[in-house]
Amino acid sequence: MRTITALGAVLAGALAALLPSAGAPAPAEIVVYSARSHYNQEPAFDAFTKKTGIPVKIFGGNAPELFERLHAEGDRTPADVLITVDAGYLWNAARAGLLARVDSPELAQNIPAHLRDPEHRWVGLTVRARTIVYNTRKVTPAELSTYEALGDPRWKGRLCLRTSSHVYNQSLLATMIKRQGEARVEATVRNWVANQPVLINSDTKILEAIAAGQCDVGIANTYYLGRLLAKEPAFPVAPFWANQATTGTHVNISGAGVTAHARNRAAAIKLLEFLSSPEAQQMFADSNFEYPANPQAAVSPVVARWGKFRQDDVNVAAAGEFQAAAVRLADRAGYK
Amino acid sequence: MIRGRSAWTAAAVCVASVLAVPSLAVLASLARPAYRVWAHLWQTQLLEVLGNTLALVAGVGAGTLVVGAGLAWLVVTYRFPGRAVFEWALILPFAVPAYVIGFAFLGLFEFAGPLQGALRRGLGDGVRLPELRSYWGVVTMMTLVFYPYVYFLARTAFREQGAATLETARSLGRSRARAFLQVTLPMARPSLVAGVSLAMMEALADFGTVATFGYRTLTESIYRVWYGMFDRAAAAQLASLLLLFALGLLGLERGLRGRARFVQSQRRGPAPEPQALAGWRRWGATAACAAILGLAFALPVGQLLVWARDAAGGLRAPVFAALLRNTLTLAALAALVAALLALVLAYAARLHPSAAVRLSARSASMGYALPGAVIAVGVLVPLAWLDRLLAGAAELLVGRPGGLLLTGSAAGLLFAYVVRFLSVSFQTVEASLAKIPPSMDDAARSLGASAGGTLRRIHLPLMRGGLLTACILVFVETMKEMPATLLLRPLGLNTLAIEVWERTSESMWTDAAAPALAIVAAGLLPVFLAIRLSARR
Repeated sequence: MRTITALGAVLAGALAALLPSAGAPAPAEIVVYSARSHYNQEPAFDAFTKKTGIPVKIFGGNAPELFERLHAEGDRTPADVLITVDAGYLWNAARAGLLARVDSPELAQNIPAHLRDPEHRWVGLTVRARTIVYNTRKVTPAELSTYEALGDPRWKGRLCLRTSSHVYNQSLLATMIKRQGEARVEATVRNWVANQPVLINSDTKILEAIAAGQCDVGIANTYYLGRLLAKEPAFPVAPFWANQATTGTHVNISGAGVTAHARNRAAAIKLLEFLSSPEAQQMFADSNFEYPANPQAAVSPVVARWGKFRQDDVNVAAAGEFQAAAVRLADRAGYK
Repeated sequence: MIRGRSAWTAAAVCVASVLAVPSLAVLASLARPAYRVWAHLWQTQLLEVLGNTLALVAGVGAGTLVVGAGLAWLVVTYRFPGRAVFEWALILPFAVPAYVIGFAFLGLFEFAGPLQGALRRGLGDGVRLPELRSYWGVVTMMTLVFYPYVYFLARTAFREQGAATLETARSLGRSRARAFLQVTLPMARPSLVAGVSLAMMEALADFGTVATFGYRTLTESIYRVWYGMFDRAAAAQLASLLLLFALGLLGLERGLRGRARFVQSQRRGPAPEPQALAGWRRWGATAACAAILGLAFALPVGQLLVWARDAAGGLRAPVFAALLRNTLTLAALAALVAALLALVLAYAARLHPSAAVRLSARSASMGYALPGAVIAVGVLVPLAWLDRLLAGAAELLVGRPGGLLLTGSAAGLLFAYVVRFLSVSFQTVEASLAKIPPSMDDAARSLGASAGGTLRRIHLPLMRGGLLTACILVFVETMKEMPATLLLRPLGLNTLAIEVWERTSESMWTDAAAPALAIVAAGLLPVFLAIRLSARR
């Protein structure tokens, strides 16, 4: 029995040692559930704390799981802000009543309307363009035009695609569905599949596969390419702005909303407003090769070389609205 | 005496009921079937996915059995160059998380990797290695990291059979190989089956590897429905299928262990004296061990070292120290609690193997076959419900709103670890308890010792090694665990696995290398300890 008592004491002691970090957050700080935590403590958040004196505590995780935690915690949640790297889960969180409406003229002024919730529960912070990428030694831009045209037989065996399990491709299909309806998008996806694409579950690996010659074209988010080019300027892959003559290139957002039960609502709104300001937007643009959501901020030099492009200005809420439909469509079309 | 027995039964049923809550929460989703999702899955992928899952589990089972038992047999019965080192080193891959080995292999062997690049430059553009993103790729990865379960348990079993068993078989005219097939293997069946079924459960629950390799299993479908279709209820229903698989496996395991009870009837004889191998076999044995160890350990660790060297910015030392401290503390706690609860379940089953106790043990073991994130939500939902109830009550009493006590606490996270890994400690504790002849219990009890007293004075000293093994296995497993930690950890508490996740989720492998190496290094310590202990026995 004595060993068991001793064991119990050790357990209790060790639990207590973990406690300080488990304690309830001080009311003055903002707690952020963030699916964007992998960029370390981003400079924009530090700048906010420096400016206002309000500390920001980031709790990282996958959006679907942060959603579950927020949902389960209900009105007792410590979270003030939810950040995701895709519009779909913001849309879903808003639909589930986890995000509160924020009427801020500043946000409305800083961020274009198609990158914000029409009902003002979330707002885009950075823009992520998902477009066609190609091997500059094997393909000329003249051969490229639209996402749909990647289903042309000339790309048979030359196409690399991310698996349809990943949210970025689900969002792409979802906005296409919003624009064109399911039947046309399904035809497009069937054409892709008929080209026997190499399926790789990572944008970075797709870019590397294209550079190595495993395939010649693919679809990827441009900031991954920005990272590779910053490291290796001769990397033989370039972006092609898809669908410029039709709908514009598909964009998604990394965005944020204030939680429905935020304890620090006023400070949370202040944080979002700051993050949308040109000052903070410049920091986002400079640190990860994404496009700033606020058009007043400039893109980084690596990104500037790719030139300007026309974004698909359908509201990014479509990514959430049609995401489930996109998954079902991919399943039907045999796109794994 | 009867009273002592029923107290143990009651304790076992209590423990199991609490531990079964997350699995039951998953099963409860079946109450409202998501017909549309099921119909869709049936039309598009369900059969393929079920077939893939079965094939994967079978492949990993066969792979780990052949590699694990084969290597254990080699190092226990033969002498060959390097044997003394291989004997312990072959356990090392256990410290390598599956998600790490997958990325390392892809990085090296895929089309864009350095090896294929060199081959194309040397031999022409048409040269290809077999595609790693395939069934065989996934089975190979999982076999390489899960075989140590089988190896570890088989090696102990082979040694404990002692020289006498093998000598008897040999004196009856059996060759070494025939003696192995006809005597050693069947006698080691409980250990082999336990090891293989742990590996198979891991394969069932794995998401990281199958997602990376684009191989669609039931677990992959669960995430597709949950993340992609925003339908957690339907995902939970799919996860119930996984539980069904797990129950089938457990049933199969009981069946394969057979009715036979394997008890060491008297004092163990000396371990068999290894026989020297001659000629090509000598180096063949060395090559086999080196090949497995190279692929499963040296290669991924080497790749991590290269990445770590290329990493742009490292973590600051105090941050790293905190990560390490959190990781070790959580893992140690989980290991202790899991061993303790496993002991309660196993001992209750020994005292009184009633249907209630057997069911308890089985239901408490189910968590191992569920993906970490599914378990995590299964823990989160009931915990948060209870928590909000408590917070409401506290508010009534104190008069001001309170926060959540359990959700996002270290205790909640520990609970998830124990639910997930109890199966590991239970298998080990039960196996080591089963080796103690029941006649010892009878003797102790007839001399007036209580059930607890017998456990303390007879069993515990005899099964110290088994308990320690259980602790070590759960310790290492907990350190590697990612999804449940991610969802349930307290605000501000990070671990090495979380740090790895942060980097890898954006393909920043060079930055993930240092924390991944730390997990491997921290896992080596207990593995060494286990070896030292089993060598002394």
